[in-house]
Amino acid sequence: MKSRWFLTVLGVAMAGLMAVGCGGEKKEEKKADAAANATAAAPAKKLVLGVAGAHSGDIASYGLPTLNAAKLVAKELNAKGGVNGMQVEVLAMDDQCKPELATNAATKLVSEKVAIVVGHTCSGPTKAALPIYKDAKVVVMSPSATSTELTQVGNYPNFFRTISYDLIQGKAAAEFAMSELKVKKVAIIHDKGDYGKGFAESAQKTFADGKTVTVALFEGITTGGVDYSAVVQKIKASGADCVLYGGYYPEASKIITQMHKKGVKIHFISDDGVKDDTFIKTAGVDAEGAYATGPQVLADNEVFKKAAADHEKEFGSKPGAFFPQAYAAAQALLNAVAKAGSTDYDKVVAALHSELIETPVGKIKFDAKGDAEGASFSVYQVKNGKYELVK
Amino acid sequence: MEYFLQLFLGGLSRGSIYALIALGYTMVYGIIELINFAHGEIYMIGAFMGLIVAGVLTAMGWPTLSILVIALIIAVLYSAAYGYTVEKIAYKPLRGAPRLAPLISAIGMSILLQNYVMLAQTPDFLPFPRLIPDLEFMGPYANFLATSDLFIIITSISVMVALTMFIKFTRMGKAMRATAQNRKMAMLVGVNVDQVISVTFMVGSGLAAVGGVLIASHIGQINFAIGFLAGIKAFTAAVLGGIGSIPGAVLGGLVLGWTESFAAGYISSDYEDVFAFCLLVLILIFRPAGLLGKQRSQKV
Repeated sequence: MKSRWFLTVLGVAMAGLMAVGCGGEKKEEKKADAAANATAAAPAKKLVLGVAGAHSGDIASYGLPTLNAAKLVAKELNAKGGVNGMQVEVLAMDDQCKPELATNAATKLVSEKVAIVVGHTCSGPTKAALPIYKDAKVVVMSPSATSTELTQVGNYPNFFRTISYDLIQGKAAAEFAMSELKVKKVAIIHDKGDYGKGFAESAQKTFADGKTVTVALFEGITTGGVDYSAVVQKIKASGADCVLYGGYYPEASKIITQMHKKGVKIHFISDDGVKDDTFIKTAGVDAEGAYATGPQVLADNEVFKKAAADHEKEFGSKPGAFFPQAYAAAQALLNAVAKAGSTDYDKVVAALHSELIETPVGKIKFDAKGDAEGASFSVYQVKNGKYELVK
Repeated sequence: MEYFLQLFLGGLSRGSIYALIALGYTMVYGIIELINFAHGEIYMIGAFMGLIVAGVLTAMGWPTLSILVIALIIAVLYSAAYGYTVEKIAYKPLRGAPRLAPLISAIGMSILLQNYVMLAQTPDFLPFPRLIPDLEFMGPYANFLATSDLFIIITSISVMVALTMFIKFTRMGKAMRATAQNRKMAMLVGVNVDQVISVTFMVGSGLAAVGGVLIASHIGQINFAIGFLAGIKAFTAAVLGGIGSIPGAVLGGLVLGWTESFAAGYISSDYEDVFAFCLLVLILIFRPAGLLGKQRSQKV
């Protein structure tokens, strides 16, 4: 009696699967038919690529392009016969950029026996989920988590990323101020958060090492305030010829607006939390001339051009934030599995460290700590209401 | 000395922003002894309404000053309607309940309104047009005080004076004072208490909308969460000045603004909130009812 029930349920489930298959292209329909005919045959082997990140919520716009990138890479490889003869399947897990949901997503991916994961979108959730992946020997690669400690402390040999980190970003901004803008005295302001303060501290250190610039002011502000005139007056009194701000665009636009109102018209440099069109919208004309660092994009990169074209064809829109980094991450992970010949943890990690691969962010491999060699930051400036590459 | 003056004026404008929001808080508390936590959200809704009206009128090519006036009027009416409805839905059914119940209901309303605006509008920050034009004669002093700062200071003071007059000299004001003193007694002598409370909420919400539009156009950006922080700071200002006292709200706002401004200017902006709240604790230790609050013996 029991086994009959089981068979009926199985039959219904298979019928359901077929119905799903029929919705797809003709080719898939045939495959589904073939699979249904050969009932005894084991299901075709699949290589599952986990994609975890913010797919809904406030900052879904930072996470969804990653999912699209993974789908495109999988599709391209599948058309060429897959990886090690296995078809690549993308499995998405949403964490809404929340640490508590990220650990759920990680546990779920681990229980599905996923060996490689692209993610997560934000630094905090990535940090929360990494111990779970580490215990299960899952290789994780983030396109956008820039917190310095994730790789530099060395706790997670299973973690890699295709974007550079905050320490480098602060250094890039400071070096730009020293060598290109030739500033003499700088005021560093930050929002007291991990990200903003990290950026500010790394810039401060770079200035100290450079010795040509004095840091006249180093202060944190309260986010969400209605008025930053006190700190603006302080910047003015310090005689700085450049402000370096670590944090996100809402405060950056308030500060730059108040600076201009008080007649403080000096250089303004910030980070990729400000390199967003919303900054230009909220600060209006005051945004004009402001500098911000952001991940380096190689506009003339062939792989990127092709990936962007594929994206337009597949999804009907231009690729979003961190798309090149995500595309590179999916490529690098799948390439490593191909070179390793299996999803064996040690072999995949070794392949990531040794195998060079052509990606939208350049030809990369990963250093001993897991950071992509060659990935770096560029400096952009607001010109006529748009961010344009300066250096 | 110039630096001191800059900080003083910065604190003055910051303080009058707090005061403008605190006035509505303190008025509602003064009449029905309810801390209306949804006040910050009404402020935010007023700002959003102002943005919508300003957007439409700008597209029609109206001059800035008339846009400001019309945006203010519509935002006030819209927020007053919100205040009226919120009171009827969330507070009136709890009129006889213990004091904690409407407080929880107010927090619930605040969360509801925030999320409603987030879903109906957008979770992103939106740019708010600068509706307060820079007056020419202020040009040389812009370094100390921008026109929008001046505008907010003047508005806070005049709203304070108007409110005091309203409560002292009008019939409705008299009814409000009666309700505040003893609700049951007021009812017995023929005051329509429900109406008085509705009017209180509508006036308070209208004031929040005035604050919302002016402050948003001073800062230049809004999103669904601005009401929360502004509400907390305004609440602090109201408590500092003596909750329930109308001049107290303005004084409390200014004291808070100056404390933050000087702490940031002379010590470090890292600690401005620390100083602001230390001051609050100190004042409440020595004057538990706030700076201008009446020391009342509790009915037991």
